[in-house]
Amino acid sequence: MTGMKRLSMAAGVLLLLCLPFLLAGCETLDQAAEIGANVAVQSGALRPAEANLLKTSVKAVSHTFKEITPEQEYYIGRAVGATILGQYKPYNDAALTAYVNLVGQTLAQSSDLPETYGGYHFMVLDTDEINAFAAPGGLIFVSRGLLKCARGEDALAAVLAHEIGHVQLRHGLMAIKSARLTEALTTIGMETAKTYGGEELASLTRNFEGSIGDIVKTLVVSGYSRSQEFEADQAALTILGRLGYSPAGLTDMLVQMKGRLKPGRPDFAKTHPSPEARLDEVRERIGRPGAMEKNPARQARFDRAMKRV
Amino acid sequence: MNRGRIALYVLLAILLAAAATWAAGQKLWSVQVKDGRVRAAPSFLSRVVATLSYADQVTVVEEKGAWRRVARPQGPSLGWMHASALSAKRIVLKAGASDVKQAATTGEVALAGKGFNQQVENAYRARNRNLDYADIDRMEKWVVEPEQMERFIREGDLAASGGRP
Repeated sequence: MTGMKRLSMAAGVLLLLCLPFLLAGCETLDQAAEIGANVAVQSGALRPAEANLLKTSVKAVSHTFKEITPEQEYYIGRAVGATILGQYKPYNDAALTAYVNLVGQTLAQSSDLPETYGGYHFMVLDTDEINAFAAPGGLIFVSRGLLKCARGEDALAAVLAHEIGHVQLRHGLMAIKSARLTEALTTIGMETAKTYGGEELASLTRNFEGSIGDIVKTLVVSGYSRSQEFEADQAALTILGRLGYSPAGLTDMLVQMKGRLKPGRPDFAKTHPSPEARLDEVRERIGRPGAMEKNPARQARFDRAMKRV
Repeated sequence: MNRGRIALYVLLAILLAAAATWAAGQKLWSVQVKDGRVRAAPSFLSRVVATLSYADQVTVVEEKGAWRRVARPQGPSLGWMHASALSAKRIVLKAGASDVKQAATTGEVALAGKGFNQQVENAYRARNRNLDYADIDRMEKWVVEPEQMERFIREGDLAASGGRP
């Protein structure tokens, strides 16, 4: 048997061997490949060198943001939040903050990712800019300017649910450059000591700093992709629906933003698809909802809180 | 390669899959959040009856939608946790060399406090003194309690189930 033929046959056997593990719930392909390749070596189907080749080729492509643990995501989120607060000041109003957290945390528990390492927390930023940022792990920031676009609790809920959607879909982590991620995850995989020594710590800190830079640049300057924004709108509609908020909250918000956003400003106009494009996409999914229904109890508490914006 | 040999591999694969399924019956789950809140009933509006720590291990004794009734290994049931607070991976607090190897190869183990951790945050903060971590710490303390959330939902005519089942 030629080497090439032997290797391709071995790969076939490996796939066969991997299949039950994938079905049995092995989380990653490389995990299945590892077990499969080891079995193949033990039974003589593969030489150890061939098995290693197959294992490495599967592994090399599979270092992704998915390997970031919720605990690490938490530290990333804190740093992203602290960086955003280097550029914007918090709006310190206890009653408004309490209300926004009531709406936001109630929405978060209806999302597909209700539990994160450090939980969801919401802060109002003291700026007239129309803007919002979601740091990985659930630290969410909304500007006074964006709150002013909301005409009811359902519209505010839509904005917060959109940001929760970005957290749930881990869009922030996806903004980290893959080379950086691979380097960081490789360092982590090799390290046994309880605390990091000088060289590892310097390398990890460099990659951490770079990762925060990648995410903040995406949040503040370049924006997510259009499809990620539409996905977050879709997640928002699901969350709103589960909790009994009107989907018209989202369309009403987008209509208001359309009237207020000015092209060229360093806010949502720069980092998001136009409200028109988002409206088209949302309406394609839910049709044209009627006007946003104003539930009297929700409107009263919303108006009370928004007086303070 | 002869047919007998292929049949042998298939048999081996089936046996291994069966073993994996059997092992899953005794499966341990790890708490992957900082404060693992255990509730009296499967809902975020339900009273918190216990709080587990990060990396604590539990067994699942009952499932209801995305909720898991959990128990300490060989212990009585504690209450309900949402599935997103649990990891199928064993989270190791003090990793030895074998844990690190297992984490790197099988993906069955996650190393607590590794990678981007408090130590890295401290080093990062030392390099970036302009960052506002005080307000982040303050923000993390804003937690809505189940009773407040229940009242907010009731008074606002929102879904009585509190959202997701």
